[in-house]
Amino acid sequence: MNPVNYLYLAALLFTIGAAGVLVRRNAIIVFMCVELMLNASNLALVTFSRLHGNLDGQIMAFFTMVVAAAEVVVGLAIIVTFFRSRHSASVDDASLMKL
Amino acid sequence: MESLIGLLVGAPLLGAAVLLCGGRRLDRTGHWLGTLLAAASFVVGLLLFADMLGKDTEQRAMHQHLFSWIPVADFQADVGFQLDQLSMTFVLLISGVGTLIHVYSIGYMEHDERRRRFFGYLNLFLAAMLLLVLADNYLLLYVGWEGVGLASYLLIGFWQHKPSAATAAKKAFLVNRVGDVGLSIAIMLMFTTFGTFAFEPVLESTGETSEGKLTAIGLMLLLAACGKSAQVPLQSWLGDAMEGPTPVSALIHAATMVTAGVYLITRSGEIFNAAPDAQLVVVTVGAVTLLFGAIVGCAKDDIKKALAGSTMSQIGYMMLAAGLGPIGYAFAIMHLVTHGFFKAGLFLGAGSVMHGMNDEVDMRKYGGLRKHMPVTFVTFGLGYLAIIGFPGLSGFFSKDQIIEAAFAKGGTQGWILGTCALLGAAITAYYMTRVMLLTFFGEKRWDPAETHPHESPRTMTIPMIVLAFGSVFAGGYFKLNENFVHWLEPVTEFEHGHPPMSAATVTAATVVALLIGVTGAWFQYGRRPVPVVAPRGSLLTRAARRDLLQDDLNHVVLVKGGEHLTRGLVYLDHKLVDGVVNGTAASFGGLSGRVRRVQNGFVRSYAVSMFGGAAVLVAATLLMRAV
Repeated sequence: MNPVNYLYLAALLFTIGAAGVLVRRNAIIVFMCVELMLNASNLALVTFSRLHGNLDGQIMAFFTMVVAAAEVVVGLAIIVTFFRSRHSASVDDASLMKL
Repeated sequence: MESLIGLLVGAPLLGAAVLLCGGRRLDRTGHWLGTLLAAASFVVGLLLFADMLGKDTEQRAMHQHLFSWIPVADFQADVGFQLDQLSMTFVLLISGVGTLIHVYSIGYMEHDERRRRFFGYLNLFLAAMLLLVLADNYLLLYVGWEGVGLASYLLIGFWQHKPSAATAAKKAFLVNRVGDVGLSIAIMLMFTTFGTFAFEPVLESTGETSEGKLTAIGLMLLLAACGKSAQVPLQSWLGDAMEGPTPVSALIHAATMVTAGVYLITRSGEIFNAAPDAQLVVVTVGAVTLLFGAIVGCAKDDIKKALAGSTMSQIGYMMLAAGLGPIGYAFAIMHLVTHGFFKAGLFLGAGSVMHGMNDEVDMRKYGGLRKHMPVTFVTFGLGYLAIIGFPGLSGFFSKDQIIEAAFAKGGTQGWILGTCALLGAAITAYYMTRVMLLTFFGEKRWDPAETHPHESPRTMTIPMIVLAFGSVFAGGYFKLNENFVHWLEPVTEFEHGHPPMSAATVTAATVVALLIGVTGAWFQYGRRPVPVVAPRGSLLTRAARRDLLQDDLNHVVLVKGGEHLTRGLVYLDHKLVDGVVNGTAASFGGLSGRVRRVQNGFVRSYAVSMFGGAAVLVAATLLMRAV
């Protein structure tokens, strides 16, 4: 199968993730959409690795996964703490830092 | 002998330091110390004079280099003295008249509790004035120039508890400052032109310099001279300076300091000789001032202010002579010396009259004082005859020579200047006769119950007698065998002027002018009683009483003009400068107010900007790739 199709899929996933980040208010959903974007880029990296015939992209994908795992730990902790204090998981409620 | 020159300045300087720092301990003896040191300076001057007379004419100038003051690369400022015939004349006049006035002040200031300080200031003045005439370069001359300005300020404002005296002192200081700026600019110009400001190199290299530069230097020197010598247009301070004690008026504002301008111009003779345009301005200033001062002198009822107008006018004569070039320098200095004698004598006489009249200065309240103050009357009378140029007395010889030299200028200029000088002589005779008649003749216009006119103590009358001798004989001695001209010739050069008519005609015209003036004054003030309250007078009289509107002119042109200028500048500052600054700030404020809205606190909108930015970057990269 043409590897470019994987790139189309990655772009599609990334777009869905980005749209989700921009339009959804629930922090958990936004968070999941961020994960979706990360994974879309992982898919693209792996595809490029395959296209170029070396392992650079795959190694980058591993790094991304590690960072994403760390990010999930911190991000979920923040969301849970926020929900406890505000009884809400809406990102629009976290607007105290505005001028 | 050279080493004695420093002593001339040193003695009074020491006196000033001791008297001003010594404190109350010196209150009893201070005035004697001051007088002694002034006299010491005079004695040293006499010794040097005797020494100088013993030498050949060409060998007479003495130089003494004291130390290097500011040695910086090409800028070499030295402290050195130069004692030539011109300086010697001034040294003797300053220390001689100065000593006499110190003696006079012992009596005049007897009841003043700050007498010690007064003598300290007088000594300071002597030191500064001697430094001025002894300096061998313009920068050191400038030090003396400022020194006499300071001493003049301190002494005019000596009775500073009187607001009028304090104001007069400030006025004198400020007007002098305008002139001083001229001197400092002249010195800077000299430095850029000649690379030095010592007299000899500057004056010897005038031949190699462009006339334009010399004219500029000359005009700046003239500005300085106008300030110090109270010449039009910087004359307004002299009348008010009469607020100072009378000995000060006699010494500083009649005999010595105000003649510093004439010294400056005579000393810088080579510059003016090479710059005819500057010379023309000098004679114009002199001619205008001699008439201006004389007219003011006619209208003043205050005896000292009348004499101040006269001083202005006589210095105008000197300026006129100094502006004539080599035909006039010697006569300018000659008139300066004779004027020093008779004007100091007149002022001391005026002081003596005031001393006996409870410090009354209004001549309309004098009258018939000749019986009560015989010595003052005789000495004042001799000074009077000398100043109006009565044949045979000092003023006659010196003034006559100036009038002759003015005619000798040649052409229309010569006629105009000569006529001005003659007219001035007539007005001089008029106002001095008026002073004389109002003060010593006529019936008494004072209240015998309150005022007891009496002759002054001997410390005051002796200096007056000595000065009266000078007023009578100095001019004749100077004129004898052309003594004075030959004495000064090596320094100032001398050419015989050739007036368009014979010298006898000029002399006759001078005497006629004198008679007209005296007769005019007698008809007005001698023949009929004088009203105690001044009549309203003609328009000219009223203007002259207000110093020919000089203060009003200064007020309108300088004060009001300055106010308008500052107001305009403040307006510009508010509108233009502040406008630009505030406008910039306001526009940035408005802009940032709009940009601030981007920071709305919603994560989603931040995310949009991030995505937008990323999209722009990607688009730009792709675009660059494509291109």
